[in-house]
Amino acid sequence: MTKLVYFAWVRERIGKQEEDVSLPADVVTVEDLLAWLKRRGEEYAHALRHSEVIRVALDHEHVDHRQKLAGAGEIALFPPMTGG
Amino acid sequence: MTAPIVPVVRIQAADFDVAAEIDRLRTAGDVGAVVTFSGICRDEEGALSALELEHYPGMAEAEITRIGREAAERWPLAGLTAIHRYGKIRPGENIVLVVAASKHRRAAFEAADFLMDYLKSRAPFWKKEHRADDAEGGWVDAREADEEAAARWKK
Repeated sequence: MTKLVYFAWVRERIGKQEEDVSLPADVVTVEDLLAWLKRRGEEYAHALRHSEVIRVALDHEHVDHRQKLAGAGEIALFPPMTGG
Repeated sequence: MTAPIVPVVRIQAADFDVAAEIDRLRTAGDVGAVVTFSGICRDEEGALSALELEHYPGMAEAEITRIGREAAERWPLAGLTAIHRYGKIRPGENIVLVVAASKHRRAAFEAADFLMDYLKSRAPFWKKEHRADDAEGGWVDAREADEEAAARWKK
Protein backbone atom coordinates (compact mmCIF):
# COMPACT_ATOMS: atom_id res chain seq x y z
CA MET A 1 0.00 0.00 0.00
CA THR A 2 1.07 3.53 -0.73
CA LYS A 3 -0.11 6.53 1.25
CA LEU A 4 -1.22 9.49 -0.84
CA VAL A 5 -1.55 12.89 0.85
CA TYR A 6 -3.10 16.03 -0.61
CA PHE A 7 -2.80 19.70 0.30
CA ALA A 8 -4.53 23.05 -0.34
CA TRP A 9 -6.82 23.11 -3.40
CA VAL A 10 -5.74 19.64 -4.49
CA ARG A 11 -7.05 18.36 -1.13
CA GLU A 12 -10.26 20.40 -1.41
CA ARG A 13 -11.02 19.27 -4.97
CA ILE A 14 -10.31 15.59 -4.34
CA GLY A 15 -12.32 15.86 -1.14
CA LYS A 16 -9.93 14.01 1.12
CA GLN A 17 -6.74 14.64 3.01
CA GLU A 18 -5.13 11.27 2.46
CA GLU A 19 -5.80 7.72 1.35
CA ASP A 20 -4.04 4.38 1.03
CA VAL A 21 -3.95 2.89 -2.46
CA SER A 22 -2.53 -0.17 -4.19
CA LEU A 23 -0.78 1.11 -7.26
CA PRO A 24 -0.98 -1.09 -10.39
CA ALA A 25 2.36 -2.45 -11.57
CA ASP A 26 2.35 -0.23 -14.65
CA VAL A 27 2.31 2.95 -12.56
CA VAL A 28 6.07 3.52 -12.51
CA THR A 29 6.69 7.28 -12.65
CA VAL A 30 5.06 10.36 -11.15
CA GLU A 31 3.53 11.04 -14.59
CA ASP A 32 1.97 7.55 -14.61
CA LEU A 33 0.56 8.17 -11.14
CA LEU A 34 -1.06 11.47 -12.16
CA ALA A 35 -2.60 9.86 -15.27
CA TRP A 36 -3.89 6.91 -13.20
CA LEU A 37 -5.36 9.17 -10.53
CA LYS A 38 -7.17 11.31 -13.13
CA ARG A 39 -9.08 8.23 -14.25
CA ARG A 40 -10.29 7.46 -10.72
CA GLY A 41 -13.19 9.89 -10.81
CA GLU A 42 -14.51 13.32 -11.59
CA GLU A 43 -13.03 14.93 -8.46
CA TYR A 44 -9.55 13.62 -9.32
CA ALA A 45 -9.88 14.75 -12.94
CA HIS A 46 -10.91 18.20 -11.68
CA ALA A 47 -8.10 18.47 -9.13
CA LEU A 48 -5.43 17.28 -11.57
CA ARG A 49 -6.76 18.83 -14.79
CA HIS A 50 -3.66 20.99 -15.22
CA SER A 51 -1.38 18.27 -14.00
CA GLU A 52 1.76 20.11 -15.19
CA VAL A 53 1.38 22.59 -12.30
CA ILE A 54 0.92 19.88 -9.65
CA ARG A 55 3.96 19.51 -7.39
CA VAL A 56 4.87 16.08 -6.08
CA ALA A 57 6.97 14.94 -3.13
CA LEU A 58 8.13 11.38 -2.47
CA ASP A 59 8.75 10.72 1.21
CA HIS A 60 9.06 14.49 1.92
CA GLU A 61 11.33 15.34 -1.03
CA HIS A 62 10.41 17.34 -4.12
CA VAL A 63 10.63 15.39 -7.39
CA ASP A 64 9.83 16.18 -11.01
CA HIS A 65 7.21 14.32 -13.01
CA ARG A 66 9.67 12.02 -14.77
CA GLN A 67 10.93 10.59 -11.48
CA LYS A 68 10.26 6.93 -10.70
CA LEU A 69 8.10 6.29 -7.64
CA ALA A 70 10.58 3.59 -6.62
CA GLY A 71 8.61 2.21 -3.70
CA ALA A 72 7.97 5.55 -1.97
CA GLY A 73 5.87 5.06 1.16
CA GLU A 74 4.23 8.49 1.14
CA ILE A 75 3.46 10.48 -1.99
CA ALA A 76 2.21 14.05 -1.65
CA LEU A 77 0.40 16.07 -4.33
CA PHE A 78 -0.04 19.80 -3.94
CA PRO A 79 -0.20 23.14 -5.78
CA PRO A 80 2.78 25.50 -6.14
CA MET A 81 3.76 26.72 -2.68
CA THR A 82 2.89 30.14 -1.29
CA GLY A 83 4.57 30.29 2.12
CA GLY A 84 6.86 32.93 3.51
CA MET B 1 37.50 25.79 7.63
CA THR B 2 35.18 24.79 10.46
CA ALA B 3 32.13 22.60 9.79
CA PRO B 4 28.97 24.46 8.72
CA ILE B 5 26.54 25.22 11.52
CA VAL B 6 23.27 23.32 11.84
CA PRO B 7 20.29 25.61 11.25
CA VAL B 8 17.54 25.84 13.85
CA VAL B 9 14.15 25.34 12.18
CA ARG B 10 10.79 25.58 13.92
CA ILE B 11 7.32 25.15 12.47
CA GLN B 12 4.71 26.32 14.94
CA ALA B 13 1.23 27.79 15.35
CA ALA B 14 2.33 30.16 18.11
CA ASP B 15 3.90 33.57 17.57
CA PHE B 16 7.62 34.05 18.15
CA ASP B 17 9.72 36.63 19.98
CA VAL B 18 11.94 38.35 17.41
CA ALA B 19 14.18 40.02 20.02
CA ALA B 20 14.75 36.74 21.86
CA GLU B 21 15.70 34.98 18.62
CA ILE B 22 18.21 37.73 17.77
CA ASP B 23 19.66 37.52 21.27
CA ARG B 24 20.19 33.79 20.94
CA LEU B 25 22.36 34.28 17.83
CA ARG B 26 24.30 37.31 19.13
CA THR B 27 26.23 34.95 21.35
CA ALA B 28 26.61 32.13 18.78
CA GLY B 29 30.34 32.71 18.39
CA ASP B 30 32.42 35.40 16.70
CA VAL B 31 29.36 37.36 15.59
CA GLY B 32 29.71 40.81 14.05
CA ALA B 33 26.46 40.90 12.10
CA VAL B 34 22.91 39.67 12.63
CA VAL B 35 20.39 40.08 9.82
CA THR B 36 16.70 39.53 10.53
CA PHE B 37 13.83 39.12 8.10
CA SER B 38 10.24 39.16 9.40
CA GLY B 39 7.36 38.30 7.10
CA ILE B 40 4.12 39.90 8.29
CA CYS B 41 0.48 39.31 7.30
CA ARG B 42 -0.93 42.26 5.31
CA ASP B 43 -4.59 43.25 5.21
CA GLU B 44 -4.66 44.18 1.50
CA GLU B 45 -6.11 47.62 2.32
CA GLY B 46 -8.74 46.25 4.65
CA ALA B 47 -9.92 43.45 2.33
CA LEU B 48 -8.40 40.60 4.36
CA SER B 49 -9.44 39.49 7.83
CA ALA B 50 -6.86 36.68 8.06
CA LEU B 51 -4.64 34.26 6.21
CA GLU B 52 -4.95 30.54 6.82
CA LEU B 53 -1.61 28.82 6.42
CA GLU B 54 -1.71 25.13 5.62
CA HIS B 55 1.50 23.13 5.77
CA TYR B 56 2.82 19.64 5.21
CA PRO B 57 4.01 18.50 8.65
CA GLY B 58 7.33 16.71 8.51
CA MET B 59 8.22 17.92 5.05
CA ALA B 60 8.02 21.61 6.04
CA GLU B 61 10.74 21.09 8.67
CA ALA B 62 12.77 18.82 6.38
CA GLU B 63 12.68 21.18 3.41
CA ILE B 64 13.55 24.36 5.34
CA THR B 65 16.35 22.44 7.08
CA ARG B 66 17.71 21.36 3.67
CA ILE B 67 17.65 24.99 2.47
CA GLY B 68 19.26 26.18 5.72
CA ARG B 69 22.03 23.60 5.44
CA GLU B 70 22.73 24.75 1.89
CA ALA B 71 22.95 28.36 3.12
CA ALA B 72 25.35 27.28 5.87
CA GLU B 73 27.56 25.60 3.27
CA ARG B 74 27.59 28.62 0.97
CA TRP B 75 28.21 31.33 3.58
CA PRO B 76 30.37 31.34 6.73
CA LEU B 77 27.56 31.58 9.27
CA ALA B 78 27.76 31.51 13.06
CA GLY B 79 24.06 30.77 13.38
CA LEU B 80 20.89 30.51 11.32
CA THR B 81 17.30 30.34 12.57
CA ALA B 82 14.11 29.95 10.54
CA ILE B 83 10.65 29.93 12.12
CA HIS B 84 7.46 29.56 10.09
CA ARG B 85 3.97 29.73 11.54
CA TYR B 86 0.87 27.86 10.38
CA GLY B 87 -2.84 28.19 11.11
CA LYS B 88 -4.91 31.36 11.12
CA ILE B 89 -2.82 34.54 11.11
CA ARG B 90 -4.35 38.00 11.31
CA PRO B 91 -3.11 41.18 9.62
CA GLY B 92 -0.14 42.64 11.49
CA GLU B 93 0.90 39.27 12.93
CA ASN B 94 4.16 37.50 12.17
CA ILE B 95 4.26 34.70 9.58
CA VAL B 96 7.93 33.91 9.17
CA LEU B 97 11.27 34.81 10.72
CA VAL B 98 14.79 34.31 9.44
CA VAL B 99 17.81 35.28 11.52
CA ALA B 100 21.32 34.89 10.10
CA ALA B 101 24.46 35.63 12.12
CA SER B 102 27.98 35.91 10.78
CA LYS B 103 31.30 37.60 11.38
CA HIS B 104 30.60 40.16 8.65
CA ARG B 105 27.41 41.63 7.25
CA ARG B 106 27.60 40.42 3.63
CA ALA B 107 27.29 36.73 4.49
CA ALA B 108 24.44 37.38 6.91
CA PHE B 109 22.49 39.51 4.39
CA GLU B 110 22.97 37.06 1.55
CA ALA B 111 22.19 33.93 3.57
CA ALA B 112 18.92 35.44 4.88
CA ASP B 113 17.95 36.56 1.37
CA PHE B 114 18.78 33.14 -0.11
CA LEU B 115 16.86 31.28 2.60
CA MET B 116 13.73 33.39 2.06
CA ASP B 117 13.83 33.07 -1.73
CA TYR B 118 14.10 29.29 -1.55
CA LEU B 119 11.62 28.99 1.29
CA LYS B 120 8.98 30.82 -0.76
CA SER B 121 9.19 28.48 -3.72
CA ARG B 122 10.10 25.18 -2.01
CA ALA B 123 8.76 25.05 1.54
CA PRO B 124 5.37 23.26 1.58
CA PHE B 125 3.05 26.01 2.85
CA TRP B 126 -0.11 27.36 1.21
CA LYS B 127 -2.00 30.54 2.03
CA LYS B 128 -5.77 30.84 1.88
CA GLU B 129 -7.40 34.25 2.22
CA HIS B 130 -10.23 35.03 4.60
CA ARG B 131 -12.08 38.10 3.32
CA ALA B 132 -13.15 40.91 5.66
CA ASP B 133 -16.59 40.99 3.96
CA ASP B 134 -17.11 37.24 4.65
CA ALA B 135 -17.07 36.44 0.92
CA GLU B 136 -15.43 33.14 0.04
CA GLY B 137 -11.66 33.68 0.05
CA GLY B 138 -9.41 31.84 -2.35
CA TRP B 139 -6.00 30.22 -2.33
CA VAL B 140 -3.19 32.67 -2.96
CA ASP B 141 -1.58 32.10 -6.38
CA ALA B 142 2.13 31.39 -6.58
CA ARG B 143 4.03 34.29 -8.09
CA GLU B 144 6.34 33.93 -11.06
CA ALA B 145 8.57 36.56 -9.42
CA ASP B 146 9.24 34.23 -6.46
CA GLU B 147 10.49 31.46 -8.78
CA GLU B 148 12.71 33.98 -10.55
CA ALA B 149 14.06 35.25 -7.23
CA ALA B 150 15.08 31.70 -6.27
CA ALA B 151 16.62 31.07 -9.71
CA ARG B 152 19.10 33.93 -9.33
CA TRP B 153 20.98 31.94 -6.65
CA LYS B 154 21.72 29.06 -9.04
CA LYS B 155 25.44 28.54 -9.14
